[in-house]
Amino acid sequence: MSSNDVTHHAPDDHAHHDHDEHGPAPGLMRWVTTTNHKDIGTLYLWFSLIMFFIGGAMALVIRAELFQPGIQIVDPMFFNSMTTLHAIVMIFGVVMPAFVGLANWMIPMMIGAPDMALPRLNNWSFWIMPFAFLIMLSTLFMDSGGPAGGWTLYPPLVLQMGDSFAFVIFAIHFMGISSVMGSINIVATIFNMRPPGMTFMKMPMFVWTWLITAYLLIATIPVFAGAVTMLLTDRYFGTSFFSAAGGGDPVMFQHIFWFFGHPEVYILILPAFGIVSSIIPTFARKELFGYDSMVYATASIAFLSFIVWAHHMFTTGMPLAGELFFMFSTMMISVPTGVKVFNWVATMWRGAMTFETPMLFAIGFVIMFTVGGLSGLMLAITPADIQYHDTYFVVAHFHYVLVPGAIYSLMAATYYWLPKWTGNMYDEKLGKMHFWISTIFVNVLFFPMHFVGLAGMPRRIPDYSLQFADWNMIATIGAFGFGFSQLMFVYIIVKCVRGGEKATGEVWEGARGLEWTVPSPAPYHTFETAPVIEPSTVTR
Amino acid sequence: MTDLPHDPPRRSHARVAGKMVCLAFAMFGFGYLMVPLYDIICDITGLNGKTGRLSIAEAQATQTEIVAEDRKVIVEFVASINQGGSWIFKPMEKTMTVTPGKMYHASYYAENLSDNAVVAQATPSVTPFAAAKYFNKTECFCFTRQAFEPKGSKDMPLTFIIDPDLPINVDRVTLSYTFFRSPNQS
Repeated sequence: MSSNDVTHHAPDDHAHHDHDEHGPAPGLMRWVTTTNHKDIGTLYLWFSLIMFFIGGAMALVIRAELFQPGIQIVDPMFFNSMTTLHAIVMIFGVVMPAFVGLANWMIPMMIGAPDMALPRLNNWSFWIMPFAFLIMLSTLFMDSGGPAGGWTLYPPLVLQMGDSFAFVIFAIHFMGISSVMGSINIVATIFNMRPPGMTFMKMPMFVWTWLITAYLLIATIPVFAGAVTMLLTDRYFGTSFFSAAGGGDPVMFQHIFWFFGHPEVYILILPAFGIVSSIIPTFARKELFGYDSMVYATASIAFLSFIVWAHHMFTTGMPLAGELFFMFSTMMISVPTGVKVFNWVATMWRGAMTFETPMLFAIGFVIMFTVGGLSGLMLAITPADIQYHDTYFVVAHFHYVLVPGAIYSLMAATYYWLPKWTGNMYDEKLGKMHFWISTIFVNVLFFPMHFVGLAGMPRRIPDYSLQFADWNMIATIGAFGFGFSQLMFVYIIVKCVRGGEKATGEVWEGARGLEWTVPSPAPYHTFETAPVIEPSTVTR
Repeated sequence: MTDLPHDPPRRSHARVAGKMVCLAFAMFGFGYLMVPLYDIICDITGLNGKTGRLSIAEAQATQTEIVAEDRKVIVEFVASINQGGSWIFKPMEKTMTVTPGKMYHASYYAENLSDNAVVAQATPSVTPFAAAKYFNKTECFCFTRQAFEPKGSKDMPLTFIIDPDLPINVDRVTLSYTFFRSPNQS
């Protein structure tokens, strides 16, 4: 997606390129050895797009089996592998790498830095990922099958899987190492690579949300690595961290896991907040409303995410004081999140709005993420959660925040920055069609899950009672519609990479921020000399 | 057109990255630290039904503080076997009516139905959780692993004393043991 064509001049004084230019190395080895932040960003984005279809195919296996009650298509063990791997692939293989890819592409350009702080580390943190997933997915072809105990890896169930268990644990270790290295790089870039004048409060929200996300990753992924290492030693080296027979406690795993797991869900959504906070001001042609409160809200969410973990465990039996604490702290998260939603709405209020594809996805995000947020608030109510726990209501909740939430923000980001990456405008008509088809099907897919969940359909089971049949059939139709409409997304991207109407440097009329001051496509090297940032310069 | 080169970083990359690597390792350690922390918190709060453990001397000290001679609490004994091992495991008496502050003896019976020698471990849990930290044991078969001959059986004793500070609204305490086959059989 990057181009050799670097002869353009920047449309204004903030960036210029009067030094010796050199483009990428020729051939395939370019991608293997590259240390360029744009190349690595591109690799991450393609990787996550491929994984999106692998994880999506697994989801379709699940939905196909659930089309009718009874066991028709796959055996229950394979079904369990599909639910487990679908989650692992979508979380660690799609959403996280896609956000890291966007961070690689955009953070240096947004803060006016020539590259990431640690380019070699950057190359390494990408190239670990494909191997980690090769190991993870190879377990499906082993005698003992893929992991089937759920992505949460609860013992003692997970310890009962075959010897492919060790491969799963090592793959998770590699993914963790990759994420932590990527995060260290992002923190170092944001701290050290800002040119003079680019103060913290002049950084775009996307940079802010990623700085906070990077801290969350560095603080929680090692805890997860510790938890899976304990599983590994329990299984193979005779320790009893989670084995009651040896004095351990399986419930302790849930505490350690969710101490990581809850901040993890904010890792999956904070950069999305940053993306939406970049896109809405552009198409509302107004400055982001309440920038400072957005920064503080993001930081508060990150802090609160560390003290709410046991709301995933209300049914394990907790003293009343614990249930109340985790219920109230969980509900408190809706305050900073509400601040964000109201700020986005206020940004649009009386703006000169237009509805290009990125804006459609951003508005879709705000509305449907809020639906997911409200069902989350319902789940936070301890006595109600005991009814909702492990039902399809939970599935509906987290898919609303992750699919029309995180995934929509990624699609919005792709449409928004694709002209900057490729130099070509994408096909607007197809983009809008992609939005509307996806939005209809995603609701057909996930909305009925609220109903079957409230009626008591348990999650992660390949069969169900007859009374859930109609809604499940509808959800499956939505799933196939949503899944296949994503082929449009690929087609639009490929078409845009190959050609199309030329994009200007600014691309969008209301675009704000430094990335729009360089030509489109963004030259292989940008901001090799630092841009001058006056207090009046618009950087966000 | 200005031509400012990038200022040298105000801090070196190695320093920032080094701090972050330290944070990552510290958090890895914290994950392991949660293991003892978990036990400590469960002990202090009685969370998770972890029962108290007293020495005989401490128990006798508690015994002298009897405050409510006429208060009666029903203790129920429950036994379950993990993953259907080939055992008989049951309490010798299903319930006892006790006075808080007095020491009582109870016992469980276990029989190994298999033809192999096995080692087993019982883990206790008390409900309601609020009662857990007032339920003290001076002697319990759950404190150690129990070895069984092939087809062997034994009575396993248990001595307990309920703290007179037991919340007044608790009049029934259930003590449940789960019997696990020990994973490291020689």
